[in-house]
Amino acid sequence: MTATAIQASAADNRPFDAKDGKLVIAHLLVAFTALLIGGIAGLLQGLVRGGVIELPSELGYYQILTAHGVLMALIFTTFFIIGFLYAGISKTMGGKLIGVVNRMGWAGFVLMTIGTILGTIMILANEATVLYTFYAPLKANPFFYIALVFVVVGSWLAGFGIFTQYRYWRKTNKGKISPLFGFMAVSTMLLWQIATIGVAITVLFQFIPWSFGWVEKINVMISRTLFWYFGHPLVYFWLMPAYIAWYVCIPKIIGGKLFSDSMARMAFVLFILLSVPVGFHHQLMEPGIAPIWKYIQVILTFMVVVPSLMTAFAMFATFEQTGRAKGARGLFGWLKKLPWGDVRFFAPFAGMLVFIPAGAGGIINASNQMNALVHNTLWVTGHFHLTVATTVALTFFGVAYWLIPHVLGRQLTPKVNKLGIIQTIIWLIGMLFMSAAMHTSGIMGAPRRTAFTTYGDHPDSVLWMPYYVVMAISGTILFIGVILMCYNIIALMRAPKGDANTVAEFPIAEKADAAEPTPRWLERWGVWVGLVIVVVLFAYSIPFGDMLINPAPGSKPWVTW
Amino acid sequence: MHIHRLEKVWLIIGVVMLFIFLGVLGIGAFAMGMQPPTGDHTIDPEKVSETYPFNNPGLEQIGDNEYNAYMIAYAFGFTPAKMEIPLGAKVHFQVTSPDVIHGFQITGTTVNLMAVPGEVNHYTYTFDKPGEYLVLCNEYCGAGHEYMATTIIVK
Repeated sequence: MTATAIQASAADNRPFDAKDGKLVIAHLLVAFTALLIGGIAGLLQGLVRGGVIELPSELGYYQILTAHGVLMALIFTTFFIIGFLYAGISKTMGGKLIGVVNRMGWAGFVLMTIGTILGTIMILANEATVLYTFYAPLKANPFFYIALVFVVVGSWLAGFGIFTQYRYWRKTNKGKISPLFGFMAVSTMLLWQIATIGVAITVLFQFIPWSFGWVEKINVMISRTLFWYFGHPLVYFWLMPAYIAWYVCIPKIIGGKLFSDSMARMAFVLFILLSVPVGFHHQLMEPGIAPIWKYIQVILTFMVVVPSLMTAFAMFATFEQTGRAKGARGLFGWLKKLPWGDVRFFAPFAGMLVFIPAGAGGIINASNQMNALVHNTLWVTGHFHLTVATTVALTFFGVAYWLIPHVLGRQLTPKVNKLGIIQTIIWLIGMLFMSAAMHTSGIMGAPRRTAFTTYGDHPDSVLWMPYYVVMAISGTILFIGVILMCYNIIALMRAPKGDANTVAEFPIAEKADAAEPTPRWLERWGVWVGLVIVVVLFAYSIPFGDMLINPAPGSKPWVTW
Repeated sequence: MHIHRLEKVWLIIGVVMLFIFLGVLGIGAFAMGMQPPTGDHTIDPEKVSETYPFNNPGLEQIGDNEYNAYMIAYAFGFTPAKMEIPLGAKVHFQVTSPDVIHGFQITGTTVNLMAVPGEVNHYTYTFDKPGEYLVLCNEYCGAGHEYMATTIIVK
């Protein structure tokens, strides 16, 4: 890395539209505020489970756990994603959001923020200590569910804004293939719209009437099945924007080109088709679902591994092609050509590497009867701290280092770049130790979502304690990482202004084979939506229909905390 | 659409591995009886303690060293607590809840099922090793969740 600020490229030097910039920054600031508060919660959890501290009586462990899950896995993620996607569609599809899209973006932001604040108040007031999965028949204050509605409806508005900008671009660029960022942004929000239907139905038609007392009972299995219809594609809603950064931005950052535009789009189409009909792999240990349907959804789950395999290949192909084009020789010489000292590459690359054990763990979790050994144990917690909290989070952090200064017309200085490298290393060390301890104690039976206990000093439970201590220490390291990241965000916001040569660039890769045409049929959204409907009906109609036709007796509300 | 030769090789290897895994799992589940817990058996959660078989929780011998175990998971304990099972017994667990969802996990075994109100979950396990097994709730159920445990004594 040179001593000067990270160089902008002349081609991307149009300044980012100032109005759109405010929308992007607003989303990112809420995201990182959520990360900070969620991080405080996480620190407390680790210290409590490790036996280091006891919480004051005003704060409950499960309250803090609810806050941690909601703020990290719902608020940080959704706000960052929408901010990033809006930045990309402004940049690549017209250079500026059209008026109605900018307004939809803001409307969505306002609704989501109101929902976030209302939900956080409910959680801190101990009115919604139901964890971020809010399983029935635990009943929160109805305004918690209303808060969730605000967040989801806000995200729908944001999604419609993205579709509108895309349609505008296609009308004004007839005959051209859509920019890859735009295609991928539309794919991501399309998946989100399809996925959120499930949670919207259960919250609007089950939880809200039941929590207000207008309806006496709730059918638990129906609510769970609708939730997990949403809960699995939720993780692809997180992963796809990270993949956008990998496909669209990383090749430019490393001085290379996009390996295959067509295969990148194909991967995203496969995510649209295969992310939804797989919710049962989160319900493998439950009654009320026939074994054959659990297994069929396991098969579909294994199929959704394929677009990630494609992505892994594309990434390493890009690295190798780029390295060899720069003169690297030998089997692995290209590794030396990668810009390790550039946080814009290093953080996402660390995320990519971690996805190897993360994804492998996911395959294990989905393995039908084998899930019995890991269900509801800390193994699962170890898994998702690798996937969303490392792969996705480090990619998002890596994006922030150029996105924030680019949008504000400022520089990514060598000092902040260096702090970013340090933050990434701190995060990696914290997450790898914490996740290793979680996986190990989990496979030994240690339960997730459980406050400090030794189960009466039962010998099995005593064996878990050293791992909890490792989790407390590494959780503390991660909290230092959170603080440093928040410092870096502030530093990026206040970075020196740049000129045409020094403003941080918005990296957008060119295709490696400019001559290879991208097939137009990839953009036939109607076909993909039709196919999703077919696959979802196949995977769900018989087992879900059975729950509707032969319903189990419903449950009255319970407030057990 | 052009796909690089090496990418084809990579994807074929990957998909073949996935199908081998699915085959192993499918044979284990459908041919060797290693299904996940399951239940096509509903019950009114408000009447659990009056409804057969939970009106008489505990072990019921149905064969030579073969038992049904009817258990209730509730906030915050299990009925019956500290159950004793003979070594080598094949036990068919039937578990439900009269209140919220609980987990029923016996550490060191493959018993790990969800006790869902309104439903009865079923799982069979043979206790080949003696010992005092920890039974704990691994699904958040409220303020006493971390105390919700019992033991099963196999001798």
